[in-house]
Amino acid sequence: MSLMREKLENSNDTVFTAEFPSLDGGGMAKVEKNAARLAPWFVGVNATDNPAAHAHASNTASAIAMKMHGIEPIMQIVCRDKNRLAIQADMMGAALHGIENISLLTGDDVTAGDEPESRRVFDLDSTQAINIARIMTTGQYLSGRKINPAPDFYISAVENPAAPPFDYRIERALKKYRAGAKYLQLQICYHPDRLEKFCAGVAKIAPDLKLIPTIVLVKSAKPMSFMNEKVPGIDIPQETLNRVSAAADQAEEAYKLTVELAKHAMTLPAVRGLHVTDFRHDDSLDRFMYDLGQKPRN
Amino acid sequence: MLKKLLPFVEHAIKKPVWDCRMCGQCVLHSTGMTCPMTCPKTLRNGPCGGVRENGNCEVIPDMQCVWLKAYDRKVFLPLPTVWKEHFNELRPPVDMRLQGSSSWINLVTKRDQQTPAGWSTNDGEH
Ligand code: SF4
Repeated sequence: MSLMREKLENSNDTVFTAEFPSLDGGGMAKVEKNAARLAPWFVGVNATDNPAAHAHASNTASAIAMKMHGIEPIMQIVCRDKNRLAIQADMMGAALHGIENISLLTGDDVTAGDEPESRRVFDLDSTQAINIARIMTTGQYLSGRKINPAPDFYISAVENPAAPPFDYRIERALKKYRAGAKYLQLQICYHPDRLEKFCAGVAKIAPDLKLIPTIVLVKSAKPMSFMNEKVPGIDIPQETLNRVSAAADQAEEAYKLTVELAKHAMTLPAVRGLHVTDFRHDDSLDRFMYDLGQKPRN
Repeated sequence: MLKKLLPFVEHAIKKPVWDCRMCGQCVLHSTGMTCPMTCPKTLRNGPCGGVRENGNCEVIPDMQCVWLKAYDRKVFLPLPTVWKEHFNELRPPVDMRLQGSSSWINLVTKRDQQTPAGWSTNDGEH
């Protein structure tokens, strides 16, 4: 059984997840270095699938490498680059290597990346892909061809609690749950009120669905402005940007803001953990985890 | 003969109103009379996470997100209740073989309801 499943289904522990840095060379030495930094804190770590539409070492290969270095991967599969055959092959490939956490995403558009001339696939959408993962756990491919024994996937998805249409996002979370997702990692959200509404709504209509909001460690207002302007689906209120940009010590103010957002998110209904995105790459990750009352795992 | 003619007639009618892409398995009734194939990611089960703060599309910044439009229309248009209820149903993957054929014929023959043998939905089980 995956540790993610064990913790989320059979314990009340707060579950922290993170993102494994994309791999573009540097071999296993680089994997080892990153694994050592993340292992003390995180139950599961996302093995991304061409994030922001940039090519990197593949999701499956990265997930296997992470597993070899003691990290439990949450293998992401996006619908942008692969048709339904390739997506099912990704999942069976993961199962072959004992990888059980599968997260199905729509994916950023090709225009977000450095090869915007690419063909976009989107043969499936994320909800269909989640449903197919669930179908595979019943011992068959989409075609009905048998898989024996059936893979034991622990399926998840993502959702954006802060992008329009707000009310519909809650219904969409339920739809993903029905399709087979057991928990949702949420997109970065700088609107605590929107997050609150989303979590309350989900807790009401899908009480068993677990939520893992994302918070970001940044060093200054600059990366925040970048996200605000360049990443569709992320909006940061002007006063929040001002608060960090006007501070004498931007790094410290940004840190404080992150801790506040994190603590607030952890009090919300249906929330079972946090997804930590680290853009600082300094020693603040450890400080952050201690400030949230966590202790390193052995 | 009809099989050859109908796709032209259907396209001539549906293209100007709904920007129909002739997927051959029409779901307009359940998507607030908004064609999901006009979403640049051809999403049939709801919006992606990239919808902009102003409600416009991640991919085409000066176009309103197709799913925002669909949701608004579902809420505000006087559509039959069953159509509204179908809004949140899980629509199966598109059968690419039907591309270009008439969804009207496929509706009558129920061809548009055929799904792969393994496809099932979990609605109501939770
Ligand atoms: S923003 Fe809306 S229309 Fe644009 S790709 Fe996403 S779901 Fe489709």
